[in-house]
Amino acid sequence: MEITLRIRRYNPEADEAPHWEQYTVEAEPTDRVLDLLHQVKWYQDGTLTFRRSCAHGVCGSDSMLINGRNRLACEFLVKDAGPTVTVEAMRGMAVVKDLLVDMDPFWDKYRQVMPFLVNDMVPIDGKERRQSPEDRDRYEDTSRCILCAACTTSCPVFWTDEDYVGPAAIVNAHRFITDTRDSATEERLQIMADADGVWRCRTVFNCVEACPRGINITRAILEVTQEIGRASIS
Amino acid sequence: MTLVDPARRGSIPSSRVVELDAIVVGAGGAGLYAALELKQALGPKARIGVISKLHPTRSHTGAAQGGVCAALGNTEEDHWEWHWFDTVKGGDYLVDQDAAEVMCHDAVETIINLEHLGLPFNRTPEGMIDQRRFGGHTRNEGEGPVRRSCFAADRTGHAILQTLYQQCIRREVTFFDEYQVLDLALPDGPGGPVSGVVALRIATTELYSFRAKAVLFATGGYGKIFKVTSNAHTLTGDGMAIPYRRGLPLEDMEFFQFHPTGMYRLGFLLSEAMRGEGGFLVNDSGERFMERYAPTMKDLASRDVVSRSIYLEIAEGRGIGGKDFVHLDVRHLGAEVLNKKLPDMSGFIRTYFGLEPLTDLVPIQPTAHYAMGGIPTDIDGRALADASGTVVPGLYAAGEVACVSVHGANRLGTNSLLDILVFGRRAGLRMADDLGAAPLPQPDIAAEDGVQASLSALLRTTEGERPAVIRTELQEVMFAKCGVYRTHQLLVECRDEVSQLRERARTLLVDDKGCRYNTDLGDALELGFLLDCAEATVVSALARTESRGGHAREDFPDRDDVSWLKHTFASRDSGTGTVSLSYKPVTITKFQPKARTY
Repeated sequence: MEITLRIRRYNPEADEAPHWEQYTVEAEPTDRVLDLLHQVKWYQDGTLTFRRSCAHGVCGSDSMLINGRNRLACEFLVKDAGPTVTVEAMRGMAVVKDLLVDMDPFWDKYRQVMPFLVNDMVPIDGKERRQSPEDRDRYEDTSRCILCAACTTSCPVFWTDEDYVGPAAIVNAHRFITDTRDSATEERLQIMADADGVWRCRTVFNCVEACPRGINITRAILEVTQEIGRASIS
Repeated sequence: MTLVDPARRGSIPSSRVVELDAIVVGAGGAGLYAALELKQALGPKARIGVISKLHPTRSHTGAAQGGVCAALGNTEEDHWEWHWFDTVKGGDYLVDQDAAEVMCHDAVETIINLEHLGLPFNRTPEGMIDQRRFGGHTRNEGEGPVRRSCFAADRTGHAILQTLYQQCIRREVTFFDEYQVLDLALPDGPGGPVSGVVALRIATTELYSFRAKAVLFATGGYGKIFKVTSNAHTLTGDGMAIPYRRGLPLEDMEFFQFHPTGMYRLGFLLSEAMRGEGGFLVNDSGERFMERYAPTMKDLASRDVVSRSIYLEIAEGRGIGGKDFVHLDVRHLGAEVLNKKLPDMSGFIRTYFGLEPLTDLVPIQPTAHYAMGGIPTDIDGRALADASGTVVPGLYAAGEVACVSVHGANRLGTNSLLDILVFGRRAGLRMADDLGAAPLPQPDIAAEDGVQASLSALLRTTEGERPAVIRTELQEVMFAKCGVYRTHQLLVECRDEVSQLRERARTLLVDDKGCRYNTDLGDALELGFLLDCAEATVVSALARTESRGGHAREDFPDRDDVSWLKHTFASRDSGTGTVSLSYKPVTITKFQPKARTY
């Protein structure tokens, strides 16, 4: 089938302002939007620029705004996207070129929440720490995050307040706050309780809708606020 | 983010210099574990730089699914020696047994260390690391399947990548994200010493000269030489092609693993864990055909065996509807297993096929998955310059880019993750030991100038073929003629066609002449790496007149231990372009080669 692909192009080296370009590509209904972008880049216009790697939804490189919603280009099929597909860069981040945004602020926020297990005590028998399946289940959902930024860049609070850590960073804080093995919970909750932390969330649920992994982000945010309450952090 | 000066369009300035204590190229499991060990061994002030052409969490380690094996014995009796035997047998006796011994022995301590670093393993009711069955992993040297694979649902690689990246952040490893390494600094020639790497900063198209006394290549594989592959677009063999171009050898490149259960046409994997949990393959008449080919292990025979069985079923007209695929049946596993232990796999089936694994059969075909070959190394990750074992000072390799050789002619499922972990760590520790007080070797100005000249030429060219056209032809010819089954005739044709493609690739047209994230330029550079890897693969395959593990010759159907129980070393003369082959004996310490049945 023939697909009309509309892409918001912007190369600051050459363009005064962003503009829409239209391409026609042949595709199978089961092709992914990423395949359409490759058709253009490989055979029509090599200057089209975007990130991608695994092409099956696990590496998190190719998050973009497709038909008005944040999605992974490698997970959205032509048969679901329709005969005209519009693609633009994620919102709330500086566009570096075409569909590629400056991810540095996103990584900075990730690093802010101490996204690593802190616990240098190990069992004296030299074996694994014990953790019950129930305790492990508490962070099952948030440990699935692939850091694609689809949630953070769909959040209206983030759009208006660049200091807000955003849903992805909170998801990754939750991953460790709820891990019984971690010993830096209080420090991390303090970061979450800061002015730019978890209280900025207005429960709009855009993040939940945007997450390609189906993580219940708003619930994770709520659980972090409950932990702050439980730990009596002000 | 720095902006690019528009006046620079189409020109490459001289290199910027970054001095480090040690360089790690590649940010998958091997590279990150090495960096972490380097930092812990040398202390917080050590300048350890990880250079990756991606952001680290995009590395393909993250796509690994089913698990990582270690004989913890948490759910049933197991011993690391059994794991050792399985690895040697799985590799069709081409495995260096001293290396496999190290890997299987160190596996236990390494998995425990990962748990201590925070890895979210699934747990047994007692709170220990849970374990499940996997292909080729057996109890007491082949008696039956054993639960040896430690896992985090069906995203074990994701969990490993995240955990190691997180700990590298904690230890303040320096990351150079989106820098593509294009050459090695070898000021005195291929024998070494290595004094750094030349890299392109993708954001700005500037060259960087990274200088250090120790360089680890941990860049992964080159599955993109094949049309149907589980590999990411970015797996283009950069780390193998770079030393190969400089005249250093690549070992056992003819051994490429085809994983049995690639999603039909798409190529990416449905984990072996689907069979480990009880799924099985059926042909057009609904027969569980693996019972005929492997009576004991059935669907959990090693991957080369299962992939060849699928090919034979298809060749004899028993593919589904006579076509080139068979079915994976997981319907009986039930919602609990499919949604809790295999959620990502179930999601792939729903997303990409629109099928429901609880009620539908899933179309699968073998897919190019893993390079057993690569840069030859010793058990401490030190790169070797020749078949007699001369070390290249300052150069190390670990993970899929390397050939230790622990996988021999066919890798067992889960042993790729184990390889990156055990040998990534060992390489990092060895680098830390080797650094010493000696001064930094001279830079390699010629290498810097060479990269600068070739990039400038690509940006100046206004006529030529698009990289994608040549790449697509390469992928088709390699899949058709150097795939699961090979013959002399097919390999000769393949070699000649690859050679013609190399010629055509001398004039590539890059549309993008700019300096900002010029990924069009990146595509052209990666095509060059792919062509080098394809050449080494097909030349090595043509010479090996036997069938062993992942290398199956229709014209030489039997394993030939008299002539071929040896490793291939392929080297390219950088002047004449001639590829020469030499051979190295296999290290056999405990298990004498015998017939391989499952």
